[in-house]
Amino acid sequence: MSSYKHLIVAALSIGAISVSSPAALQCAPVPDSITLNPNGKLFSPFTFNHSKHIQSIKECADCHHHTTGTLVLDPNCVRCHQNSSPTAVVSCKGCHSATPFSPETLAAKRADKQRYHLDKMGLKGAMHQNCIGCHTKVGNGPTGCQDCHPRTKEGAAFYSTNRKGAKPAHAEEE
Amino acid sequence: MKRRNFLKACLIGGTTIALGKTNKGYASGSFEGYPEAMGVLVDTTRCIGCRSCEAACNKEQKLPEPDTSFDDPSVFEHDRRPTAKAYTVVNRYQKEQPSGPVYRKVQCNHCNEPACLTSCFVNAYTKTQEGAVIYNSKVCVGCRNCMIACPFNAPGYDYDSATNPVVKKCILCYDTRLKYGRPPACVEICPQEALTFGHRADLIKLAHERIRATPDRYVDHVYGEKEVGGTSWLYLAPVGFDKLGFDTTLSNDPIISNVKDFLGMVPMVLSIWPALFSGIHLLCKNQEHGEHGHDTDSNQEDTKP
Ligand code: SF4
Ligand code: SF4
Repeated sequence: MSSYKHLIVAALSIGAISVSSPAALQCAPVPDSITLNPNGKLFSPFTFNHSKHIQSIKECADCHHHTTGTLVLDPNCVRCHQNSSPTAVVSCKGCHSATPFSPETLAAKRADKQRYHLDKMGLKGAMHQNCIGCHTKVGNGPTGCQDCHPRTKEGAAFYSTNRKGAKPAHAEEE
Repeated sequence: MKRRNFLKACLIGGTTIALGKTNKGYASGSFEGYPEAMGVLVDTTRCIGCRSCEAACNKEQKLPEPDTSFDDPSVFEHDRRPTAKAYTVVNRYQKEQPSGPVYRKVQCNHCNEPACLTSCFVNAYTKTQEGAVIYNSKVCVGCRNCMIACPFNAPGYDYDSATNPVVKKCILCYDTRLKYGRPPACVEICPQEALTFGHRADLIKLAHERIRATPDRYVDHVYGEKEVGGTSWLYLAPVGFDKLGFDTTLSNDPIISNVKDFLGMVPMVLSIWPALFSGIHLLCKNQEHGEHGHDTDSNQEDTKP
C-alpha cells in the first residue's frame, strides 16, 4: 500500500517518545531471525535479523499493520482497524500473495465483490517497499539490491553484468 | 510532432484526392477498448530505477545483449527511447529535486485505438482482445509509417538486418505470457510492484483510489486513461507529467480519426504502392509550395484591374 512511508515516519516520531516494550512480545512466539527469499533464483536467500529490527523500530505496526494488535497509526487504516485484535497470521506471506498477478489471483479478486483491499500488494512488492522505503527515509539501512541479497550466477547473467565498461547501453537515440 | 503532422497531411490529402471518402474504419472516439483488455498501471512514485524490468524484457524477448550491463547507471544521463534492441527503457527525471529522482519506464503503451495499426499499409498490426498490440513481422515491409504515426515513439527499427528490415516493439509478452493470462515479464520481476497488472478497467479504478487515499503523493491525473483514446499502460506520477517527459499536448481523440480513411486504400496500395507513395510525397511538397504560391497569386490577381 502506498501509505507505508507515512506510516513509518509517523510511527518513528511517536516511537521515540513512548519507549515501551513491544506488545507483540507478549503474544505469539516472535522469531529472532527469518530466512527471506528462500527460493531465490537470481538473488540468494538471506537472513533477516528480526530482533534487531524490533529493537530499533519498536512499533510492530510499522511493518505488520494491524495484525499484531498494536496501535495502528496510518489514518487510512485507523478508519477500520482502530481496535483490531491480533490476527492468527502475522507473517508477510500470510496476507501478501507471492503471485499477485496470476490468472487465479486476478479471477478470485474479480469474483469477490465484497473485498475491500483490492489494491493489496504482492509479497515481493510489500517487502521491498517496506524495507527500501524505511531504509531511505531513516537513511541507515541497505537500499542496493546486493546489500541484502547477493546475486547468484544466474542473476549475474540475467543482468548482463559482464557487459560493463562498453559505451552507454542502447546509445542509439532519436 | 512535425513529422507526424506531415504524415497526416499526406494521408488526408492523398486519400481525399485519390479516392474520395471511404467507409472503412472505426467509429472514432467511441471505441472504449475491449472490455476484457488487460493493462499495466505504472506507479512512478514506487519505481527505484533498478532496471530489472529492462533485463527481464531483454531475456524474455531474446533480445541481443545490451551494450553495458543493466546495472550501469550512466544510461540515466540521457533520455532514451525504446529501440529494436530494447523494447523498454527506464529514464530518470527530477534528479535535482530534494524529493529525489523520479524514474519512468517507457514502452509501447498498447493504445485502445493504435495509430501504428491504422497507419500500416500492409495490416501488420493487430489489437488483441487481451489488450496487446502485436504485429506480424513477416508481412512488415519496413516502411516505418507506424514509427511516424505513433504518438509515443514506441516502435524501434531494426537496422541490423539489411535483407529484412523490420519494426520491433513491446508486445506485452503476448506470445509467451499474456495469451495465457500471465503478466508480462517486466511486471513479474519488478521488486517494488511499481507495475500492477490487471484488467484495464480495474486498474483505472485502482489508480483513482490511490490518488484518493494518498492525495499528497500524486498529481490528480491518470495518464493513459483518456490520452489518444486510452492506452493499456497507465501512469501515476508525483509531479506534473510534463516534468517526466510525457507528452501532455496529446488530445483525447485517437489519432486514428485523422488517418483511418487511409485503411481503405490498402488493397490498392498493394498494387500501385511505389507510384502512389512518390505521388503523395510530391503532393505534400506541392501543397506547401502551393499555399505560398496561391497567396501570391491572389494578391497579384487583386492588384489586377
Ligand atoms: S504506443 Fe505506438 S506502437 Fe504502441 S500501440 Fe500506441 S501507436 Fe502503436
Ligand atoms: S523493475 Fe520496477 S522498480 Fe525497477 S526500474 Fe523497472 S519499474 Fe522501476
